[in-house]
Amino acid sequence: MTIAVVVFPGTNCEHDAVHALTLLGADAELVWHRETDLDDFSGIVLPGGFAHGDYLRTGAIARFSPVMAAVTEAADTGKPVLGICNGFQILCEAGLLPGALIANRDLAFVCKPIHVRVESTDTILTSAATVGDVLRIPLNSYEGNYIAPPQDLAAIEANGQITLRYCDENGDVSDLANPNGSTNNIAGISNARGNVAAVMPHPERAAELILGSDDGRRLLEGFVAATKTSPQTNSVAAS
Amino acid sequence: MTTTSEIPAHIQLGMTDDEYAGVVEILGRTPRPAELAMYSVMWSEHCSYKSSRSHLGRFPSEAPWVVVGPGENAGVVDLGDGWLAALRIESHNHPSFVEPVEGAATGVGGILRDIFTMGARPVAVWDPIRFGPLDDAKNRYLFNGVVSGIAGYGNAVGVPTLGGEVEFAEAYAKNPLVNVMALGLLKKEQLVLSGASGVGNIAVLLGASTGRDGIGGASILASASFDEESGAKRPSVQVGDPFEEKKLIEACLELYDRGLVVAIQDLGAAGISCATSECAANGGMGMDVDLDAVPVREPGMTAGEILMSESQERMLAIVEPTNVDAVLAVADKWEIHGTRIGTVVEGGQLTIRYQGETVAELPAASLSEDAPRYNRPAQRPVSIDELHAATLPLPDSVDVATTLLTLLDDPAIADKSWIYRQYDHQLFLQTVIEPGHDASLMRIKGTTKGLAVSTDGDGYLCAMDPLRGGARIVYESALNVAVTGATPMCVVDNLNFGNPENPEVMWQLIESIEGISQACEALGIPVVGGNVSLYNQTDDVDIYPTPVVGVLGYTATLPDQPPRLDRGEAGMEVFLIGGPGGDDLAASAYARVILDARAGRPHDVDHDTGRAAIDLATRLAHAGVPVLHDISTGGVAVALAEICFASDVGATIDLATWQQAFSEEPHRLLAVVPVGFDWSEHLGGELQAIPLGVLGGNDLSFGTFGTVPLTAAHEIWKSAIPRRLGH
Repeated sequence: MTIAVVVFPGTNCEHDAVHALTLLGADAELVWHRETDLDDFSGIVLPGGFAHGDYLRTGAIARFSPVMAAVTEAADTGKPVLGICNGFQILCEAGLLPGALIANRDLAFVCKPIHVRVESTDTILTSAATVGDVLRIPLNSYEGNYIAPPQDLAAIEANGQITLRYCDENGDVSDLANPNGSTNNIAGISNARGNVAAVMPHPERAAELILGSDDGRRLLEGFVAATKTSPQTNSVAAS
Repeated sequence: MTTTSEIPAHIQLGMTDDEYAGVVEILGRTPRPAELAMYSVMWSEHCSYKSSRSHLGRFPSEAPWVVVGPGENAGVVDLGDGWLAALRIESHNHPSFVEPVEGAATGVGGILRDIFTMGARPVAVWDPIRFGPLDDAKNRYLFNGVVSGIAGYGNAVGVPTLGGEVEFAEAYAKNPLVNVMALGLLKKEQLVLSGASGVGNIAVLLGASTGRDGIGGASILASASFDEESGAKRPSVQVGDPFEEKKLIEACLELYDRGLVVAIQDLGAAGISCATSECAANGGMGMDVDLDAVPVREPGMTAGEILMSESQERMLAIVEPTNVDAVLAVADKWEIHGTRIGTVVEGGQLTIRYQGETVAELPAASLSEDAPRYNRPAQRPVSIDELHAATLPLPDSVDVATTLLTLLDDPAIADKSWIYRQYDHQLFLQTVIEPGHDASLMRIKGTTKGLAVSTDGDGYLCAMDPLRGGARIVYESALNVAVTGATPMCVVDNLNFGNPENPEVMWQLIESIEGISQACEALGIPVVGGNVSLYNQTDDVDIYPTPVVGVLGYTATLPDQPPRLDRGEAGMEVFLIGGPGGDDLAASAYARVILDARAGRPHDVDHDTGRAAIDLATRLAHAGVPVLHDISTGGVAVALAEICFASDVGATIDLATWQQAFSEEPHRLLAVVPVGFDWSEHLGGELQAIPLGVLGGNDLSFGTFGTVPLTAAHEIWKSAIPRRLGH
């Protein structure tokens, strides 16, 4: 029941992800991007950072890393797969989630705590939260501005695949509360099945009060719970 | 007209005739071109500190907790329980003027290598930066470029930027200052030094390939003054690649973890020539180096170019022969170059071969140990006495509230979040107090320990009195650290000065060193490392004398709730803590911004009061006081406003004179406490806690000296920098 935290060259939030998951009682292990077999893991995290230097385009090279075939296979079998920040960008590039993340509206890096409102709870990221919850979580990105073609956007809105939207401290979703110009204030989405989810702000940075907020736990707890009921691809073969 | 070919090679390389004669004497012959290039860089001001070295011994550098003092790549101090901290400060002033984005970026990259060279993981960076006024387009371009260079490199390399400071003055318009301080953490057994030992050990070059960038950076850029033609020096600026550095950091940390290296040295100024000679000299050995093995970016590079290239993101590891394959495998895993380029040999000779020829053969130690030292003449400027004798043209009465609004609009005082919002300051889950406070406070994960850092300089103050200014910046930095609950433990300093061939600049340098030293001695905190940046002069105008210090503070147990600017609440009481006085305005922001006048002698530090204030601040932080804030630029009025902005609450305070609102006399702080707070168990000696007023309401009210709505003041303070940048 170990969670794989994937490390690409240039990833930098891998230790933070392991730290936060461990706080929640989960076992988590770093997995190098050349690994091709993730069968023994109960869930996968693609953490934040700058995979392959973000060269060419965020996630554009990472999607070709050897590990991504195994990530895709795990996603297809229903295992929980969570992308945080750069991990969100990689999941979009890999086609596991719709849309893409482009440069922030103000063309500047934004590092600050923001608020998000929980929009749906039928995903591995939000299952421990309640619709309408307002969470204070740090944002830390240059390409955090979510876009998608109109038909994809309409579909994910209709299917309840928007998990989190940027809002103010009272939960009001508005342009003023949008830190990066993201379409419809989108901060997190999932696939239709709900087992692949991604979030732009960093829940692992909001898991302890000494760091300013522990609201991120409500998201990570849902993910850890999902890994405990995760389908074990190799358990059938082994038994 | 003189053509370039008629100028002797050593002059073109920035050496004097006497220095050239010294090289000939050491070698007993005429130097080969590559050898001359090596001496010219290693003996440059930037590498050899030839003008300042004879004065740097003044700094106190010893304490029981110092593990590695000045001289290595970084200072190292003991935090107990097997933990060590490595710290260093550097400047990248000249490159940042020529090419602000890359200049600032490679400044970050360079100092990180100094930290992980010691075996430490770099965990935080601070950036003290200085520019000309923002009403000038060129200054805005430089400021923007430097901030985006720091953000672009620091964020991508995965080391958080936890703070810094910024100052704007005409004196920096043609010579901005870009300093960078870095901190690393390591366990005792991971400490690595740079001395090569063991005959037959292999020198392995790790990291990026070697190109033509940055050739002569140390001698051409960093060791000479500037003029209008400086744009032509752009090819001497290196280009950084944070992705390459990130991989290099992880690879090196794995090498240390597995005990695979004997010694390691980063490649900075003067590239391979500096790293090989320092490794050999520090270990009392020699080295045979084969330049043909070095991975290069383009064909046709000469031996001199390969030797002198300052291509970034490279390290030189000394490895036992049996471990070489394992080291190369680690390099392969992290997708960086790993190449054997040399062998450690008996004796002190450094021999470098290229394409079948010996291109250099010299005593390795001569590059550093035989570098010239100058005892340059120093002269106290007559004008400084006139300045001290003059008095400021102070008005009889002043509306404190409206004056405060003008000060809040000064970019040096205004909100700096436009800068630090662009820096990742949260990575590693360690940031307890983020940028925007007096000091940043970090926890060491898995322990109760905390570390606080503040960087401080004040060129305007030091120009008026470099001795007192040097002492005051140390006390200010130490007090900043203390308000988080940490006890000041050690200092790194960056001495940014003008042309040392000007005796008045040498006087400023010597006075500043004396002031810093006296304060450090009084506080019992050693200087564990530093950097000297001279020739900060363009078109014969020297910058302000600008020493910058970074103080590291330590606490074995973090306060449960450390004081923060945003913990003030309506009804809480505001106290001023400090000694007597508090009226003087010499070298204050009031004099600079409102009067635009320089007059009077800034008050000196008082070592007893200063120590007592620092000790008290540390104790109050652990006693649960919600807000503690050092009084510095802009005085009580600005310090109070900053608390009110962060806490979103107004205040009403009473002052005896309007001068008390803006005085920046040292060793004073504001404390915000709940009603009925018992001071008696904390105070003693000369320190007093003077009640000033209470928090509450929607105004900043100074009684008979005026009132201003909090929101109006806040808006001016928040928008001052972005408005000037057109945002």
